Amino acid sequence: MAIRSFFLFILFFSSSLSPVFSLYEDQVGLMDWHQQYIGKVKQAVFSSQRAGRKRVVVSTEENVIASLDLRHGEIFWRHLLGADDVIDGIDIGLGKYVITLSSGGSILRSWNLPDGQMVWESSLQGPKHSKSFLLVPTNLKFDKDNVLVVFSNGRLHAISCIDGEVLWKKDFEAESFEVQQVIQPPGSDLIYVVGFAASYQFEMYQINAKNGELLKHESASFSSGFSGEVSLVSTETVVALDSTGSILLTISFQDGKISSQQTPISNLVEDSLGPAVIIPSSVSGIFAIKTDAVTVFIRVIGEGKLEVVEKTTHEIAVSDALSISEDQQAFALIQHASSEIHLTVKLAHDWDGNLLKESVKMDWQRGLVHKVFINNYIRTDRSYGFRVLIVMEDHSLLLLQQGEIVWSREDGLASIIDVTTSELPVERNGVSVAKVEHNLFEWLKGHMLKLKGTLMLASPEDMAAIQSMRLKSSEKSKMTRDHNGFRKLLIVLTRAGKLFALHTGDGRIVWSHLLRSLHKSEACQSPIGLNLYQWQVPHHHAMDENPSVLVVSRCGPSSDTPGVLSFVDTYTGKELSSLSLDHAVVQVIPLPYTDSTEQRLHLLINADKHAHLYPKTSEALSIFKREFLNIYWYSVEDQNGIIKGHALKCKCTGEVADEFCFDTRDLWSVVFPSESEKIVATVTRKLNEVVHTQAKVVADQDVMYKYISRNLLFVATVAPKGSGEIGSVTPEESWLVAYLIDTVTGRILHRVTHHGSQGPVHAVFSENWVVYHYFNLRAHRYEMSVIEIYDQSRADNKDVWKLVLGKHNLTSPISLFSRPEVITKSQSYFFTHSLKAIAVTSTAKGITSKQLLLGTIGDQVLALDKRFLDPRRTVNPTQAEKEEGIIPLTDSLPIIPQSYVTHALRVEGLRGIITVPAKLESTTLVFAHGVDLFFTQLAPSRTYDSLTEDFSYALLLITIVALVAAIFVTWRLSERKELQEKWR
Amino acid sequence: MKWVKVIVSFILTLSFLSFPSCAFQSDELLVDDEEFGLEGAPQHRSPEPIPTRSPPVTSPTRKRHSDLDSDSKIQFSLDHAFGDSDFSPAGTFSARLKTWSHGGQTLTKLRFSRNSFSDVEKEKFKNLLESDDFYRIRLPSNVLNPPGRDFIISSVKARCLPRESLDEHFVIHMEGVNVLAVNYGSPGSCPYPRNLKLPAKWSFSSHTVLKNSEQAPRAPVFTEEILGGENAEGEVVQPAERSFWAKYWMYLIPLGLIVMNAITQAMNMPEEQATGQVPAQGQPSAGAVRRGPSSAVRRR
Repeated sequence: MAIRSFFLFILFFSSSLSPVFSLYEDQVGLMDWHQQYIGKVKQAVFSSQRAGRKRVVVSTEENVIASLDLRHGEIFWRHLLGADDVIDGIDIGLGKYVITLSSGGSILRSWNLPDGQMVWESSLQGPKHSKSFLLVPTNLKFDKDNVLVVFSNGRLHAISCIDGEVLWKKDFEAESFEVQQVIQPPGSDLIYVVGFAASYQFEMYQINAKNGELLKHESASFSSGFSGEVSLVSTETVVALDSTGSILLTISFQDGKISSQQTPISNLVEDSLGPAVIIPSSVSGIFAIKTDAVTVFIRVIGEGKLEVVEKTTHEIAVSDALSISEDQQAFALIQHASSEIHLTVKLAHDWDGNLLKESVKMDWQRGLVHKVFINNYIRTDRSYGFRVLIVMEDHSLLLLQQGEIVWSREDGLASIIDVTTSELPVERNGVSVAKVEHNLFEWLKGHMLKLKGTLMLASPEDMAAIQSMRLKSSEKSKMTRDHNGFRKLLIVLTRAGKLFALHTGDGRIVWSHLLRSLHKSEACQSPIGLNLYQWQVPHHHAMDENPSVLVVSRCGPSSDTPGVLSFVDTYTGKELSSLSLDHAVVQVIPLPYTDSTEQRLHLLINADKHAHLYPKTSEALSIFKREFLNIYWYSVEDQNGIIKGHALKCKCTGEVADEFCFDTRDLWSVVFPSESEKIVATVTRKLNEVVHTQAKVVADQDVMYKYISRNLLFVATVAPKGSGEIGSVTPEESWLVAYLIDTVTGRILHRVTHHGSQGPVHAVFSENWVVYHYFNLRAHRYEMSVIEIYDQSRADNKDVWKLVLGKHNLTSPISLFSRPEVITKSQSYFFTHSLKAIAVTSTAKGITSKQLLLGTIGDQVLALDKRFLDPRRTVNPTQAEKEEGIIPLTDSLPIIPQSYVTHALRVEGLRGIITVPAKLESTTLVFAHGVDLFFTQLAPSRTYDSLTEDFSYALLLITIVALVAAIFVTWRLSERKELQEKWR
Repeated sequence: MKWVKVIVSFILTLSFLSFPSCAFQSDELLVDDEEFGLEGAPQHRSPEPIPTRSPPVTSPTRKRHSDLDSDSKIQFSLDHAFGDSDFSPAGTFSARLKTWSHGGQTLTKLRFSRNSFSDVEKEKFKNLLESDDFYRIRLPSNVLNPPGRDFIISSVKARCLPRESLDEHFVIHMEGVNVLAVNYGSPGSCPYPRNLKLPAKWSFSSHTVLKNSEQAPRAPVFTEEILGGENAEGEVVQPAERSFWAKYWMYLIPLGLIVMNAITQAMNMPEEQATGQVPAQGQPSAGAVRRGPSSAVRRR
């Protein structure tokens, strides 16, 4: 109690100081780390410059273009394009420009290769939507100007490489024409555009590359139709599959004449299984088809004759062709074999001879090879060497050279789906991990250095030594639990279905695990990871049991496909078990009950509104039965605009008796009128949030009671017209309604309309308040509003005598079926930035004041004191209110540059901010993720309960020693003096 | 706080709360009917909801309009269910539909007539009470063409209702002619260990409240006030009148100390002279003793 009041006192003291949360330059990297990623690579182009640093330019599924160092895999530069600016193709023009085609082929940009500056951008329009192609012919010149050939939106463009000007364009307006390939045979001035029309007609256009003139147009019809892609086997031959996927069509259009040949696949492969697909590749003379089990490589020998060169049942990946000399093309082939991958580089015309054959040990946790990119170099002995860049199933990127992995990048971390945390193992006496501890001398030396630093005696070298010492302080990256709770594991689920554990101290990957249950299998065609939950958090058995997490996933994009559960140990990363469910998972409700092994009970709701209890043990069932009548939940149907409340009814009445399955029933519903409201945001409180006190003392010695209910739901709806982009509607026809709904009874506790406002709405709910961010069309500015809700039924408990005599209702249980007596207070403020994410700090006991963490449009995280969003702010606060810490009301929220949590860094593509309490009350851990990752510690009211990192213990020690010595000396002196005086 | 209460009570009176079943007939209603008469053309029940947004119910106009149209009266029914049984009619809401000049429609003057329980229903309700189960009600989501898109359901533990009679409280959240949600429950509290208690009277006393959305307060715009405020601030900057003590305490305290010091010095002087003569100039230890307190005084 005493400690608590002490904390409160200090808290009050520190909060009355001006809020400065910034750090000094030398503190950067001390408690925070930042990691840069790019995402799963879609396409890679090697820079062929002879001189200068070797680099590879990649485009990724996160819409990043990046230039990577080929020696180390570091990022030279990168650009994140917008979410709807998907990159269709990249290439290098003139050896110094990176050309990118994006946004469905409508934006062409050129970037300077060395530094990534944009050189030019042109927008390409066209008559209709189509596939897009980007060609950079090496020897097609137009007045000394290199030409880019772009096919996009049904139009062929020739574009100057220097300034992006369109030299000529040619439309392909035929309604049904679908372009399949655009070919520019090297050394000629022709461009071929081939495609299908009306799905059974093959069309070929021959175009003069100089001026876009149509030279020839031929077509031929194939009664069997086409399916899938075409593969280009030479500059004038393509191979396609018919609509049944069983006959290969070899179509050549030499000299503008179309001739074709049909070969049934069964003629080539005896045991052909099912329909085949063509694997897209551009190796001349060879193409590959893939059936369910077999991959077949087929060579084209003159006049459409086909010959099988290899048949394999292994998983295989092929690169595009790389021309190594005038008439030689090489390509890379990667095959999986148990724990190894075999890399072979072959010449296109010589299948049997291998240029290179290497085996590389590959971690199973990386999964299969998805993509291969090949590059050549000249060895010291003047022969050709090859290196390949491979993209794995877990989205990681590796460079292989000379049979070794030169570098690897864990780019799966660029697409995080869900994050949870886990404690580290408790430090045990026997197995001390603290071997990294320095000896006493070094410890003293370090502190002497620090002392020098504080006394401003340190030389620049000393300063550097101090800084490096601080940065690599071994303390923060130990693998055991610490006293302050700063060291934790961040368990992260990525889109690739891989689970990573990151250490909060330095962000390193402790373990990673590609979930077996998220692996493609017969039962589960396209598994998708959904969420992470803490399954088992041992407190009583912390010494001998490991915590585990639950990964919920499902077998397909639609919500009625069956779900898969897997349980993963968070210390070792081992998958303990996995369950393939026979029902779908629409909603997962972690219940606040645990069984004797501290496994948390979870309720899974399926598509037919049956509830399934996990774990399926009788003990869990008995615990669940006890609380059966107290379990309520809600579901939001965004599309219909309906929110429903549910409760459990009885055991499932299906044909199969299942003890762990329960029927549910609807208790309440809220139906938003579809013509005037559309749900855009629903937010609840965090389940594990701790509220320190219900009472809030306001200025004039008055008490207000916060309405703290775990069952509050904030819903924001906007006018259906206004759900589009900002500015698409007038203020009169746009509005935003905010609701506070009790999810047990369905009561609307508060409802307020903001006229002339529009989404997107970002909201955060904590304790008894909700803060939401939206756009005000009338004021042309973003706005943030706060709603605080207070309980009036307890408002009478102000009399001290009542409290002393126990005549109060503070301890009586609250039932939500009572009629609530609540009042709300709200206020709105302007805010400069638009937001990407919003979160609130959370601390262990909820004593520390709160800060809002705003993920701004500039991909930074800004900390804003909750005190700025206090509905009790007035223009001229009274003296008492000022003492309480109420800031005078202003119309807009201040942005203090020092309060950027991410200081000078940017978390590119910011998607989410997660806060985790540390054990130390003053501190909260913040993890922001997007394409980049950022982690730091925050102390919203400063670290009032601990000494700072750079506190000089040596100085303290020396002072104490000096004082003690001084006491002894003076004591001796005074004694001697006294004696002398007595002798006198 | 007071104004909230005033508004709430005003809305309550507006929406005619507390109709103890259908028996109650107030003569005030007729007067109000006239008051709520509509301007201009006779009102009709529109077949489709007009997708416009209506402002919240404001205070009724004080103008009197004589022409009344019966068409503007509408009715919609309340259904109830016991536990998981099917819904059956339980009562009727009747209200006036007010069409605003800009096309919006709102309900006013809601009245509720509750059917009393039949014997079968009484038995069912008793079962609910015994098993502590839910008593559920539902309303159409659109009052003009019920049930609209879906029914609005609300439920309460049956044991929350019985008091003297069966007390119930409806808060109907409206958006034009659409019912968004209905909060149903007992008018007071329903403390948690819900005890089984049978009502003395098997009749309902119902309270109904109609709620429309509130307008959010606008974000304050301070541009002018800040301009004006600068002068005010300038005034504030001028130091406010402080007391003499508050202004000059830093000079007064040392002064006081010096004075005190001087006084003690002065008092000690004669003493020292008086005592100094007795031990003559011999004993240095006594001198030290004497010097001690005097220096202490000085330090003070």
